[in-house]
Amino acid sequence: MNSAGNAARPRAADLGRFQLTAVVSLRMLIGWHFMYEGLAKITNPYWTSAGYLQESQGWFSEQFISLAASPGVLTAVDYLNQWGLLLIGLALLVGVFERVAAWAGILLLALYYLAAPPFPGLEYAIPAEGSYLIVNKLLIELAALLVVLGFPTAGRVGLQRILGKNRRIQAAEAEIAMEGGAP
Amino acid sequence: MTEETKKEGTPSVGGADTESPSANMGRRDLLKALASLPVLGVFFAGWYRKKLEEDAKRAAIMAELGITEGAPAVIPEAISRPPGDRIRVGIIGYGGEGESLVRSAGFAHPEWVEEARAAAEENFRNRGFQTFMEQADLNIELTGVCDVFDVRAQRALDAAANKIGPTASRSTTTARRFLRYTEMLESPDVDAVIIATPDHWHAQMCIDAAAAGKHIYVEKAMTRTEEDTHRMYDAVKASEVVFQLGHQQRQTESHIKAKEVIAAGILGPINLVETTTNRNDPWGAWVWEIHEEGRPDTIDWEQFQGPTENRYPFSLERFFRWRCWYDYGTGLSGDLFSHEYDAINQILEMGIPSTAVASGGIYFFKDGRDVPDVWQAVLEYPDRDLTLVYSATLSNGRWRGRVFMGHDATMEVDNGLRITADGSSTRYEEKIEEGVIDTSRPMFTFQPGFTGVDAITSATAEYFASRGLLYTYRGGRLVNAYHLHLQEWLDVIRHGGETSCNIERGFEEAISCHMATRAYREGRQVTWDPVARRIV
Repeated sequence: MNSAGNAARPRAADLGRFQLTAVVSLRMLIGWHFMYEGLAKITNPYWTSAGYLQESQGWFSEQFISLAASPGVLTAVDYLNQWGLLLIGLALLVGVFERVAAWAGILLLALYYLAAPPFPGLEYAIPAEGSYLIVNKLLIELAALLVVLGFPTAGRVGLQRILGKNRRIQAAEAEIAMEGGAP
Repeated sequence: MTEETKKEGTPSVGGADTESPSANMGRRDLLKALASLPVLGVFFAGWYRKKLEEDAKRAAIMAELGITEGAPAVIPEAISRPPGDRIRVGIIGYGGEGESLVRSAGFAHPEWVEEARAAAEENFRNRGFQTFMEQADLNIELTGVCDVFDVRAQRALDAAANKIGPTASRSTTTARRFLRYTEMLESPDVDAVIIATPDHWHAQMCIDAAAAGKHIYVEKAMTRTEEDTHRMYDAVKASEVVFQLGHQQRQTESHIKAKEVIAAGILGPINLVETTTNRNDPWGAWVWEIHEEGRPDTIDWEQFQGPTENRYPFSLERFFRWRCWYDYGTGLSGDLFSHEYDAINQILEMGIPSTAVASGGIYFFKDGRDVPDVWQAVLEYPDRDLTLVYSATLSNGRWRGRVFMGHDATMEVDNGLRITADGSSTRYEEKIEEGVIDTSRPMFTFQPGFTGVDAITSATAEYFASRGLLYTYRGGRLVNAYHLHLQEWLDVIRHGGETSCNIERGFEEAISCHMATRAYREGRQVTWDPVARRIV
């Protein structure tokens, strides 16, 4: 258990103050962004993912467009999206279940990215707000979430710190820490 | 204790704490655990403030307008009533439009079903097939078929017998072909007729149908001439039959909403309405397919010519592309201006104009036609302080909308509607100054079916769709506008009431179109004499 200092991979426990502040900031900013995206959609009765899905291009456009084609499926997609964003954002912001939240966020961002990838040769009806070639803000946010995933901080700054007192979670975290500690 | 908390607990990391490790840890834990709460507070405070501001703006605009962005408050009652008694319908004229109508009534030709299914499989945005399959059962039977072209008559019989679709249980192999429509009108097996022949036949057929007591659904334009219009109007008025003119965009949700907008006076005084037709493909210019089996022995040419004054020898062009000649229709006027006129009449109820002028020419499709392919008409309504401008081209597809121009705001109406305040509006002056209303974007939008996606294939189909002529929405669902218009007609037959495009509206449509047509053909301004009820 006392292997923190010898870990081959950096972990939250190894982060210095500045590093910890940086990663926690990143986690909370992404959380804020997700949360507001979710909340804005939930409170807008006219919001739907239909337009985004319908404009889909690239490798999986057929699948994305078919999601929009069925009103039932579309409703489900819209709900999952709205509440998914809100809950992921909330979790990242307050620092709880951050692994699950980060993975879910990565999944969502990957879906958004793949639905409308900024690849050369693909033209979109609604132009992007910036200039992108293959890399766009979605991809960068996705990579930022990988950092959050790689440097879990909720146990140090976040609600997880209290919840972590729960034995079960404590045991699980210890296990994760062990795994992390063994190269 | 986890290694993290152990580390946190050491003074070297935690700073100059003097309390005992365990007490220190409890407080530090709590502080660090709840570190994000202030951020969360800022988040919700910010969100709440932003939302309050936006809602207040929205509410201020809506209170000013006195209207909601939801579906029209009053959807014609007819739509929701259950179909009662079965009605036996006969189709007269099973060309492109006739086939669409019969399909919208529930009887699709098997070939169409296969094509639509394949189209849907190829492009999942194409919802034609799904919309057909989900169409309500109108509880009708297709018992009679009449077409002067054998191939089309047979197609209609095949459609009547088709086992796929909402009326599959009622498909019948006993539908009868009548060689003359008068025989169909005498048949006791037909209660109502759908007339989708070329325009030159409409009046006589309707007059005979009314005399025979058969309910009438007739395609636009209602008539080909002013004389026809008077005769037909009198005959229908004198009868008990239920009459519906085929302006299916009467069912378009955005048009019903537009009427609410006008009633609420949101646009201020409206002095100019501009409406357009923009097509650029041969089909859209009536260069329709000449069927390979079209021959003198498969087409009853004499019956086709029927009531026309000028007689011609057998002509496949004239038969299959009849809209290109004034002998059978009135070109842009009856085909497309009639729709635009009726849409505006539905929204503004302005009726027959005082005067009309028109101009244009055959500038692109120099294929022997005698109707113009570029044509503009200007109708004046001095009683309403209103001018209606119609501008049409068949050789350019650039989108030009249908625009109602008021002193306070501009409203664009297609399948949805958008209202933008005018920068010099008197009514909205204050709200514009306060920044509540932004004149660079619509202050009010209505987009039915916003949670759905639909795709319609060809350029002309897209044109029709954008004009609300193919599909509209009910409760967010895509519905075929023809279907709703037929449904309304059948409903009035069963339960009484008034059709939305009755003979009065039809009379206004026909006279307005004929005024514009005559102004063009006679090269002068024509006037409506409201006392004598004549175009002079």
